[in-house]
Amino acid sequence: MTQPATLNSIVTALQSRTISATTLAEEHLKRIRLHDQEPGQEINSFLSLADERALAQAGAVDELARRGDPLPALAGVPVGIKDVLAMRGAPATAGSAILKGYHPPYDATAVAKLDAAGATLLGKLNCDEFAMGSSNENSAYGPVRNPRALEHVPGGSSGGSAAAVAAGFCAASLGTDTGGSIRQPAAFCGVVGMLPTYGRVSRYGLIAYASSLDRVGPLANSVEDTALLLQVLSGQDSMDATSSAEPVQDYVAAANEPVAGMRIGLPDEYFAEGLDPEIRTAVERVANSLRDAGCTVERVSLPHTAYAVPTYYVLATAEASSNLQRFDGVRYGHRTENPRTLSALFRESREEGFGAEVKRRILLGTYALSAGYYDAYYRKAQQVRTLITRDFLQAFAGVDALLTPMTPAPAWKLGEKVDDPVSMYLADVYTVAASLAGICGISVPCGTTATGLPIGVQLLARHFAESKLLRVARAVESAETAR
Amino acid sequence: MTDRHLESGTVTLDDVRHVAALANLQLSAEEEPRMQRDLNAILSHVAGLNSVDTAGVPAMAQVGELLQQEAALAGATLRADAPRPSVDRAAVMHEAPETDGRFFKVPKVIER
Repeated sequence: MTQPATLNSIVTALQSRTISATTLAEEHLKRIRLHDQEPGQEINSFLSLADERALAQAGAVDELARRGDPLPALAGVPVGIKDVLAMRGAPATAGSAILKGYHPPYDATAVAKLDAAGATLLGKLNCDEFAMGSSNENSAYGPVRNPRALEHVPGGSSGGSAAAVAAGFCAASLGTDTGGSIRQPAAFCGVVGMLPTYGRVSRYGLIAYASSLDRVGPLANSVEDTALLLQVLSGQDSMDATSSAEPVQDYVAAANEPVAGMRIGLPDEYFAEGLDPEIRTAVERVANSLRDAGCTVERVSLPHTAYAVPTYYVLATAEASSNLQRFDGVRYGHRTENPRTLSALFRESREEGFGAEVKRRILLGTYALSAGYYDAYYRKAQQVRTLITRDFLQAFAGVDALLTPMTPAPAWKLGEKVDDPVSMYLADVYTVAASLAGICGISVPCGTTATGLPIGVQLLARHFAESKLLRVARAVESAETAR
Repeated sequence: MTDRHLESGTVTLDDVRHVAALANLQLSAEEEPRMQRDLNAILSHVAGLNSVDTAGVPAMAQVGELLQQEAALAGATLRADAPRPSVDRAAVMHEAPETDGRFFKVPKVIER
């Protein structure tokens, strides 16, 4: 049985009983067991499989189809969940040793929504520890390899989410994006990855990294699949006070509307020194195809772009230092053996449980918030965040969407940057500004380098303009497919 | 900017230990100098923010603050403050490293 091409065609095939959800689930679980850990070629994208829950859901979908009842939007669609989201019955490690063995007793809202839409939840996906990283090398459970080029990183922190879709282990996945963690791995692995507007998708049940930046979003094989997933995931949630009441639109219909007459901006600052020439060429090609489709394409400026990386690393680490205080060995997760005092229990459990990058970020964030440095670092970064956001709002007064490269370079080799945190952080140069501003964005595949590494372009649109964003993304995808 | 940061004071090993204590981290002897090196590298990059003129610019803690004119967009609505069922206690206690079934157990805090 070959897997149908789109999520919608999976549901249609199940409805007509051409295929069965149980067979689809079994084949995916089997494929993951055979190939995800295949010696010498292991991808290592899944951290745990949820056979029981997956097969129960698939059985229920088959029963609905047998009775001829209409199937829900994602019936029988095999999906994977990034391991920073709670999924009842499955472990949630956040890629950290400190949460080894922890089983959350509830579903994150995003997971519950996929479940309610009939999706088959196959298991949990590897990621950088607490979503901190750009290469998925910071996982306590080993790095993920890029299925398109095994010696290269899949990107991070949602590296497992991108790799599993690219490898065909699942038809779609959930990732999270705090500073680029959906978009960058999507670009590195050649899949679509979406950053919804801050407040569009509930974060209830997400293990928090930096709460003013964290977002949950989908990764999939196509823009239309992504639009369908976004439609299911979006909406206000009484369990997340930052979720918005903004009405959910028909994103699938929006994605298929024509783009003629839309205004696209190319921000000068995203084409500065340091951009890989093959990626530059790909973005220019995309700009031309949008022009051919009837869009106007113009240059715009986002003058504070150069400050986005330092601003992000101050604010995100400050929030992380606070959020990660909850991992103390008292209520769940790892506890050190035979602590002599309560204070030793905290310190030793955390020392043993956290990896180097997490400690580095906790220290940096604590430093930025500590007496004498608060104004110089934290407050200053919050002010620059305002300027970065104003840049975008000003640009969106004149254009519907921005087109940029997704990453300055394609996926680097495993191990290449592990000893150089600053160089790793600088690779986030095109992703973090949109994170700080809270706007929506998407990474769309557009070919490969001469050596076969995937290239992604980024599209950005203003807050809650997902319909416009998907419309442009679909046009880019059509032009690239026709090429 | 790098020079200015270094002049104004590099992160010392004592700073690393102080911050680690604030964060309830206990670094090993090998970790301390590595963290010192990394913090200095990162902070000298962050020092670039000093060249941005932020006089009169409001600090932004949340995205919603810039969208306040549109309350619905800003996630400004809180749910009604009414009691409702939460996660089952037994399920929560099942995840605890040490428990008597009702409470989390930790080492004795007060010595007699």
